Amino acid sequence: MNELQTILSDSVNGLLGDRVTKQLLEKAESGEFPQALWDEVEANGLTRVLVAEDKGGAGGTWADANAVLKAAGEHAAPLPIAEAVLASWLLDKAGIAVPDGVLTVMEGEFRLDGDRLSGRATRVPWGRNAKHAVTLIDGEVGAQAVLVALDGAAIEEDINVAREPRDTLTFDGAAASAKPAGLDGDALALYGALIRAAQMAGALAYLLRQSVQYANERKQFGREIGKFQAIQQQLAVLSTQAAAAGTAAAHACASADRQDDPSFEIAVAKVRADDAANLATSIAHQVHGAIGFTYEHGLHYATRRLWSWRAEFGAGAHWAEQLGRQTITRGADALWPFVTAR
Amino acid sequence: MQEFRFDLCELPGETEGLRQDIRAFLKKELAEIPAVTRAQTWSGFDADFSRKMGEKGWIGMTWPQKYGGHERSFFDRYVMLEEVLAAGAPVGGHWIGDRQSGPLLLKFGTEEQRQTILPKVAKGECFMCIGMSEPDSGSDLAATRTRAEKVDGGYKVNGTKLWTSNAHKAHYMIALFRTDNDDKHGGLTQFLVDLTLPGITIRPITDLSGHAHFNEVNFTDVFVPDEMLVGTEGSGWAQVTAELAFERSGPERYLSSFILMVELIRELEKQKGEKGAAEIGRLVAHLTTLRQMSLSVAGMLNEGENPALEASVVKDLGAVFEQNMPVIAHEMTGIEAHIGTGSDFEQVLGYLTQVTPSFSLRGGTREILRGIIARGLGLR
Repeated sequence: MNELQTILSDSVNGLLGDRVTKQLLEKAESGEFPQALWDEVEANGLTRVLVAEDKGGAGGTWADANAVLKAAGEHAAPLPIAEAVLASWLLDKAGIAVPDGVLTVMEGEFRLDGDRLSGRATRVPWGRNAKHAVTLIDGEVGAQAVLVALDGAAIEEDINVAREPRDTLTFDGAAASAKPAGLDGDALALYGALIRAAQMAGALAYLLRQSVQYANERKQFGREIGKFQAIQQQLAVLSTQAAAAGTAAAHACASADRQDDPSFEIAVAKVRADDAANLATSIAHQVHGAIGFTYEHGLHYATRRLWSWRAEFGAGAHWAEQLGRQTITRGADALWPFVTAR
Repeated sequence: MQEFRFDLCELPGETEGLRQDIRAFLKKELAEIPAVTRAQTWSGFDADFSRKMGEKGWIGMTWPQKYGGHERSFFDRYVMLEEVLAAGAPVGGHWIGDRQSGPLLLKFGTEEQRQTILPKVAKGECFMCIGMSEPDSGSDLAATRTRAEKVDGGYKVNGTKLWTSNAHKAHYMIALFRTDNDDKHGGLTQFLVDLTLPGITIRPITDLSGHAHFNEVNFTDVFVPDEMLVGTEGSGWAQVTAELAFERSGPERYLSSFILMVELIRELEKQKGEKGAAEIGRLVAHLTTLRQMSLSVAGMLNEGENPALEASVVKDLGAVFEQNMPVIAHEMTGIEAHIGTGSDFEQVLGYLTQVTPSFSLRGGTREILRGIIARGLGLR
C-alpha cells in the first residue's frame, strides 16, 4: 500500500470500526438514516477520494479508492459511501462541482431537455436520504454526467435483501446540471459493478475474520470447534474465496487506473466476487450454527449484503455472459494472448 | 489471524520481448504435436525438446552463470513458465530440475554438487526426480522410513520410494532418507542419488489413464558416498519444507487443464450459437484471477519473501479450477470423451477426465494444503 492508501485505510477503518455498531445498523434497518456518521465520513473526505485535489478531493486513484470501498463493505456501513465515491468521480470527470450532502448514483430511463431532467430511476441506493443523485445519459457527444437535486423527485420507497434503501425516483422537468463525462453510456453499470465487487471483497474479509474468531471461541465436545478438521477445512475454503475476490477487485481497480477500457477486469471481478459470495456465505453460516441465523447476531449484516450486492449492477451471470461471448468471438487461440496482454 | 497478502504484481515491460520469442519458438516446435499430447504439459516427456529449451537458455534462467545459468530475472522465468504451460509444451524432462532440484542445490548443495549437476540440468541433458513419498509415507512425509545408515565413507540405503515421477527417465534423484530413527523430523536427510548406482531398481507404475510416468524405486544396500549428502544431516525436513514452497507456487497449479479450455472454446466456436457463453466467461474470470494471484506470489518470491501460505491458497484454488474443467466441458457439450480416436476436443477430454484426480494429490493433497491454510488462519 502507498502512503495515501495507508492513510485512507486507517482513517476509514478507524471511523467505521468505531461507529458502525449493531445498534446503528439496527436503527438504519428500521429506517433511521445515520446522518451524523455520514457527516463525519464526508468531513473526512472519504467520498471524494477520486476528486482532484484542486477541487477539494484527495486526487486519488481507483487503487486508492479500493481501500475506502473495501472498508465500506467490511463494516457494512449503512450509507451510500461507495455510491458517493462513484458519483463524485463522474462529476469530477465532467467538471461539475461535487455538492455537499448525501450523494448517490441512479440508473434509469431519462430525457434531458436543456437543463431539465425527466424520467424514472429504479432501485436507487438511499434515494430517500440523498440530497443529490448522479446519472449518465448517453448522447451524440458521448455520455453526459447529470447532477440533479432530489427535493423535486417523487419517491417510492423500497429495500433490498440487506434492507438498504433501494428507491424508485420519478422526475418531471427537474433542474439538472449536465456535462460530457468522456465515458460510454454504459459506464455507470460498469463502474457500479466495480464498486460492488470491491465492497463484496470487504464483506468477504469480514466473514472470514468473524468466522475464524467464532470457531476459536465456540466450544463443543469439550474443545473449540475450530480444532476440528471438518471446520478447519471449511474455513480454509472460505479464506481462499475471500482472497480471490480481493485480488480480482484490486486488479480491476488497477485496470480502471491504467486501461482506457477496463471492462474486462471489472467483469472478471464481479463474476469472481459473486462466485466467492455464494460459497463463503454458506460456509460462514454453517460454521456459526443456529446463532448466526438469528437477527440478534451480526453475521447477517454481511451475508445479506452479499446476497444483494451480487446481483446489483449486473449479477455474475450477466458479466460472465459478456466475458464468454467476447472470448468465443475472439476465438480459442486468442484467449491466452488476450489474458496475458491485460 | 494472519492476513493473506496478494499485492498486485505487474510483469516488467521488458519481459514482453522474451514472451514473443518463446511464442514463436513454441509455435514452430509444437506445430505437429496433437492437442491430446500437449494436454500433458508438464507431465509430457521429450528429451529433444528439453535439450532445445536448454540451447535457448530457458532452463535455469535465474541461476548464476558459473553453474550454467543465465542470471535472468524471476519474472523472465515466470513468463517462460506460463508460455510453455499454456502452449502444452512437453517440459516434463527438465521440469523438476529447473523448478525444484536446481534451486535446492543452489541453496543447500555443495560446490562440487552444483558444478557437477547444474550445468547439465541447464543444458536440458540431465533430468532430476524427487524421492519423497513412500508406501507408508504419503501426506505424512515425516513417516519416511527408507534408511540411510552411516557406513565408512558414506551411507548404506535400504527402502522404497513410491510415486516418483519420471524416475525411469531421470539421471538423479533428490531423496529424503531417514538417518536417525529416534527423531521423527530431525532424523531426515536429503541426498543426491545417482540412479545408476548398483542396488537401485526402478519399476514404472501405470496410472489409470494408461500412462506410466511415476515409479516405485527400490534401494537394496545402495552405497551413497558422503559427498552426495545435500545440506546437513538432520536438516532434511526443513529443506524439504522450503522446497515445497517452490513446488506449490507456480503457474502449473492452475494451467494443467488449459488445453481443454482452449479446445472447449474451439468446439463452441464451431457451434456458432451463444450457448455456454456464461460458463466460458466464468472460467475466464477464474483463470484471470488465478493468474493475478500466482503473479502476486511470484512477486513476493522475487522480493525474497516467503509466501508459503499464499502459495498454498493458489494451489488449492488452482486445483479446484483445473479439476472442474473436464466436468464443465462434459456438462456443457455432452460430448463423449475418447481415447485414441476422435476429435482433438474428445481426446483431450478423455485424457484430462482421467488424470484430473491427481491434481489435488500431487505436491500436497487438498486436505494437507487446507490444513496449512487453517494453521495460517490461527485455527491450529
